[in-house]
Amino acid sequence: MTALPPFQTVLDEHSAAVMAILQGAVGRDGADDCFQETFLAALRAYPKLADASSLRGWLLTIAHRKAIDHHRARGRNPVPVAEVAEVAVEDGISEPDERLWAAVGALPPKQRAAVALRYGSDLPHNEIGAALGCSPEAARRNLHEGLKRLRKELA
Amino acid sequence: MKTATNSAIDRLKARAAEEGLLDVAYTTADSPFGPLLLAQTKRGLVRVGLPNQDQDGLLVDLADRVSPRVLEAPAQLDEVRRELDLYFEGKLDRFDLPLDWQLSGGFRQRVLRAINRIPYGQTRSYTEMARRAGNERAVRAAGTACGSNPIPLVVPCHRVLRTGGALGGYGGGLPMKQGLLELEGVLDGRSKT
Repeated sequence: MTALPPFQTVLDEHSAAVMAILQGAVGRDGADDCFQETFLAALRAYPKLADASSLRGWLLTIAHRKAIDHHRARGRNPVPVAEVAEVAVEDGISEPDERLWAAVGALPPKQRAAVALRYGSDLPHNEIGAALGCSPEAARRNLHEGLKRLRKELA
Repeated sequence: MKTATNSAIDRLKARAAEEGLLDVAYTTADSPFGPLLLAQTKRGLVRVGLPNQDQDGLLVDLADRVSPRVLEAPAQLDEVRRELDLYFEGKLDRFDLPLDWQLSGGFRQRVLRAINRIPYGQTRSYTEMARRAGNERAVRAAGTACGSNPIPLVVPCHRVLRTGGALGGYGGGLPMKQGLLELEGVLDGRSKT
């Protein structure tokens, strides 16, 4: 078992990546709150963490969960926007779907992250890959698998 | 320039302190002898790293022995820094800081608590410290306890000398020990080793 490094080291090494991913996943306005929630959750759980060898993956998993929580909460609260888009909204798409986000939250971590980054924050495949530490092809595969599963779940 | 991440980290640390998640707060502080590492728990000052010590190594050791929730949080140590600054200016002859003794146990802790009662500007021998800790014959162990003092400066192991007045040893190096004794007016600046 690898000994746990001082949490400050974890912050120094991974906070910028976590912030970048959160900004991608929920936008600049929401990223700070999600960042706080992510690292507070991490700090609470840290002393009992059994495996220190994949701290980045652990943090990103927490961050994705917080980003999804954020999207779900935002579905219930109006979001401040600079400009209101002048487009017609079809019925059924304007209402954020509790069931949908619950299903997204239940996906395996990489699929969940790929879906959240693609549709929560409009990232292209190569950036999703960069955020997840995998190739664009692997990101595309995760997204594909995740969507397939969602369609089945929600059918 | 403060990035979004830096200010988010500042807020995170304030919240961590509020929620009692800051098990070990640390900072570095300047001194006439070089940078010091100061670390404290909720109970009190737990570690002072001297300029010649490996500060990263000390933090890893704290993560291992106290708690891995180790965060740089200078504001938590304002009072420690203030008293040390006054001490180095010769304006403070007694620290009034809560101490956390958890890094030393048994005989060592008894020696260190005895050392903590040596008044400013006075010295004692290793033999006397062994006696005050309850075992006059454990002079070598008393010396080891001084050498392993996790809270040097504040727990003034620099005030312990060999019988006869030779300086003995110091974790921060003998020039620092001599400098501290000169500051306290014990030595007049002549080398005495």
